[in-house]
Amino acid sequence: MTSVIALAYLTAAVLFILALRGLSSPETSRRGNLFGILGMTIAIVTTALNPEIVSYTWIVVALVIGAVIGLSIAAKIPMTDMPQLVAAFHSLVGLAAVLVASAAYLNPAAFDLLNKAGEIFIASRIEMTLGVVIGAITFSGSVVAFTKLQGLVSGAPVVFKGQHPLNALIGIAIVACIVAFCFEQSGTWFWSMTALAFIVGVLIIIPIGGADMPVVISMLNSYSGWAAAGIGFTLHNEALIVTGALVGSSGAILSYIMCKGMNRGFFSVILGGFGGEVAAGAGGGGEEKPVKRGSSDDAAFILKNAGSVIIVPGYGMAVAQAQHAVREMADFLKEEGVDVKYAIHPVAGRMPGHMNVLLAEANVPYDEVFELEDINSAFSTADVAFVIGANDVTNPAAKTDPTSDIYGMPILEVENANTVLFVKRSLATGYAGVQNELFFRDNTMMLFGDAKKMVENIVKSFG
Amino acid sequence: METQFLSQFSVFVLAIFVGYYVVWSVTPALHTPLMSVTNAISSVIIVGALIAAGPEGISTAKVLGFIAMVLASVNIFGGFAVTQRMLSMYKKKK
Repeated sequence: MTSVIALAYLTAAVLFILALRGLSSPETSRRGNLFGILGMTIAIVTTALNPEIVSYTWIVVALVIGAVIGLSIAAKIPMTDMPQLVAAFHSLVGLAAVLVASAAYLNPAAFDLLNKAGEIFIASRIEMTLGVVIGAITFSGSVVAFTKLQGLVSGAPVVFKGQHPLNALIGIAIVACIVAFCFEQSGTWFWSMTALAFIVGVLIIIPIGGADMPVVISMLNSYSGWAAAGIGFTLHNEALIVTGALVGSSGAILSYIMCKGMNRGFFSVILGGFGGEVAAGAGGGGEEKPVKRGSSDDAAFILKNAGSVIIVPGYGMAVAQAQHAVREMADFLKEEGVDVKYAIHPVAGRMPGHMNVLLAEANVPYDEVFELEDINSAFSTADVAFVIGANDVTNPAAKTDPTSDIYGMPILEVENANTVLFVKRSLATGYAGVQNELFFRDNTMMLFGDAKKMVENIVKSFG
Repeated sequence: METQFLSQFSVFVLAIFVGYYVVWSVTPALHTPLMSVTNAISSVIIVGALIAAGPEGISTAKVLGFIAMVLASVNIFGGFAVTQRMLSMYKKKK
């Protein structure tokens, strides 16, 4: 019987791997998701058939409550709010890990964790403390990230003197509690480390500014995986260990990709303090430089007569809800025989891949959407680069000005296009607080106004 | 005990490598669904909640297990459903 159970969990783990593998292309992704659902079903059913589990009413009630809440959220959530949703979901995984570890501590017999003397195995103590500590950090950190993303609190970094020493001190205190708990199985140590971990979760996320949120979400994704793995070790459950490891490494890779997209070191993101204050960027200067302004009619004329157009969308486009209008504009241009592509910067949205989802929602075919390294060389042969709601990710200063805050960040080289059309509300700086010299170039035409209205007017001017 | 830990630790380390290679093969266009689906599958932590909530009688551990089950199942149902919703939006050029 035990071997059947072990094989069932192994099957679940393999199905989870296939679920991630399916995401290598949109065609296989939907089947991948079904593999994931199947794996989860196998894992739950296998556990529920365990003879020690008898309270089926409790289980069914919990599942029904979860299903009703989960499914209704999933059906309603706007795609622009995905980052908040994911942060909220991470917090649930974290809290669930804390609760499971606490339950294991309170009722170790049910989890088969007692030695002959009736004490919890030392190894199990370490495993459960890892689960509870990482889970608690994931929970409180995700709650802070959620409140920042949802706009409940300011996205500005909260920094105070002695912040890092304080965090280090709490970290040491947590380790001390873990060691003490190994020697003495006492609630004092267990609950102290849990409380300290909740506090440190808040403290490590508050100094991180809004611009770095894509990294934070990915990092918390990773933490939620490690928390699950910690619980997996406690329960001696391979499915949970494998899944935790998969999720942990997935989140770590996404954090790395996001850091690279911003040319920021992982540790400098973690230490925080960036991307909140509107710093007077280098090269911002005081003097007013002339810019070329255009109307929607001018833009329509240029676009219609172009052979190829590359659209560069940023988060501002999503905020203005302009993605559907942009797609209409692209449809019109395609009918006129213009070649239309979309170029996406790795940090274009508020989380990895966010912009792709927003475009997909607006019915933009995914094979017209290209990543930075695949399209950057195409700008030099493009007639028009149409930048909408993006700013810092197009700033040539990232290549030319070593004193700039964003120096070294990979950018979309829109300046190589024949004409750059830049839809923007004003000449204000972007997230990084750095002036964009592109606005003042000869081949740039600024289209001032609300992104959605501007694009709608361009479409009207086509007619 | 020790051999059991070592064998599980081996599984863990190997799974990190599997995760590393599988995740790098994920197309960047699907990174948001990747996050929501990893979120859903990490809620397999629900098996721990089942063990806590399953035994007879009533205890603090059981109540904690019940709450953990509710949280994890919000994540499981919500996570898979929202992933499916996103993936159904990705369409090829007609």
